[in-house]
Amino acid sequence: MDFKNSDTIAGPRAEDHLPDTATTAVKVVIVGGFGVGKTTMVGSVSEIRPLTTEETMTQAGIGVDDNYGSETKTATTVAMDFGRISLTDELVLYLFGTPGQERFWFLWNGLFEGALGAVVLVDTRRLEVSFDVMGRLEERGVPFVVAINDFPDAPSYPTADLRTALDLPPEVPMVRCDARRRASSRDVLMTLMRYLHSLTMSRA
Amino acid sequence: MTPPQRERRAHQPGEEQDPGRLYVITGGTDGSQRAPLDLVALIVARSEPPPTAPPEQTALLRLCRTPLSVAEISAYLGLPFSVVTVLLTELLAADLVESRAPVVRSELPERSLLEAVMHGLQKL
Ligand SMILES: Nc1nc2c(ncn2[C@@H]2O[C@H](COP(=O)(O)OP(=O)(O)OP(=O)(O)O)[C@@H](O)[C@H]2O)c(=O)[nH]1
Ligand SMILES: [Mg+2]
Repeated sequence: MDFKNSDTIAGPRAEDHLPDTATTAVKVVIVGGFGVGKTTMVGSVSEIRPLTTEETMTQAGIGVDDNYGSETKTATTVAMDFGRISLTDELVLYLFGTPGQERFWFLWNGLFEGALGAVVLVDTRRLEVSFDVMGRLEERGVPFVVAINDFPDAPSYPTADLRTALDLPPEVPMVRCDARRRASSRDVLMTLMRYLHSLTMSRA
Repeated sequence: MTPPQRERRAHQPGEEQDPGRLYVITGGTDGSQRAPLDLVALIVARSEPPPTAPPEQTALLRLCRTPLSVAEISAYLGLPFSVVTVLLTELLAADLVESRAPVVRSELPERSLLEAVMHGLQKL
């Protein structure tokens, strides 16, 4: 393995250390198409400078006939940014910004599986790039809220039209946000938590 | 102006679509030597790196003097997630680190956990 000398590895800055009392971590996934504001949202609420983690996937060659066992495999590296919020001395929330249009994200075991829920970030200039990811979350039963990122040159559809276009069930929250603003991103996360809370109440 | 229209899919557990021809590379061909570690499992070193430890283990143990998620370890070491889980599997077996498992959503998270998250977010 080509590995950097351990002395040259820059670990967390002193102020980024978690206290030893940190015992419980939870995660939320922020999904959306290219350039919709995932990194911006992660960065605006994170207490650490957003970091990047990566995974290596192999892609089996598209063989005409698998029975010959001659599939070629190519490796693909996928990367995503994430940030962190220490909620209490014990509880830490991680946010992962995930490009949703590629299905390999859903094969990254442990990314969506353990997530409390997801935020689907939507750019009204390219509404349709969110359709696929919403379908995949629904298939897996991952609860999500929709956050409409307001870009200045975006068409301003009425909320009701957007809900109809996204075919959102009435109980799924849809909010508008500015991912660049910490308070706005925080409110989106609060909306998700309130929604999850309401789901636990209705299924009690 | 009318926005494009999505058609909702039904959630049918156990009836997932073909996940496609992509696989995560595991430590070896049988893929059995990896602990099932979540991206946000918190890892803490139990001791200083032994002098005999290979460089990547030493680096990892130094990073984890305070708790760090697997995702953060991957970021700081510049190694893919699955490579980090292989390293951690060895370190867990040697009792050099401990792992604090995350709370994962089974069907729905605990109400008290959500309340703690909301309380924390409110203070941001
Ligand atoms: N007006 C406005 N601009 C935003 C908002 N969120 C992000 N932007 C801008 O949109 C651009 C893209 O944002 P990113 O956060 O990089 O988007 P991303 O989804 O991470 O993009 P990729 O990782 O490339 O897919 C940046 O220039 C941001 O400043 C928002 O809520 N409002
Ligand atoms: Mg980004």
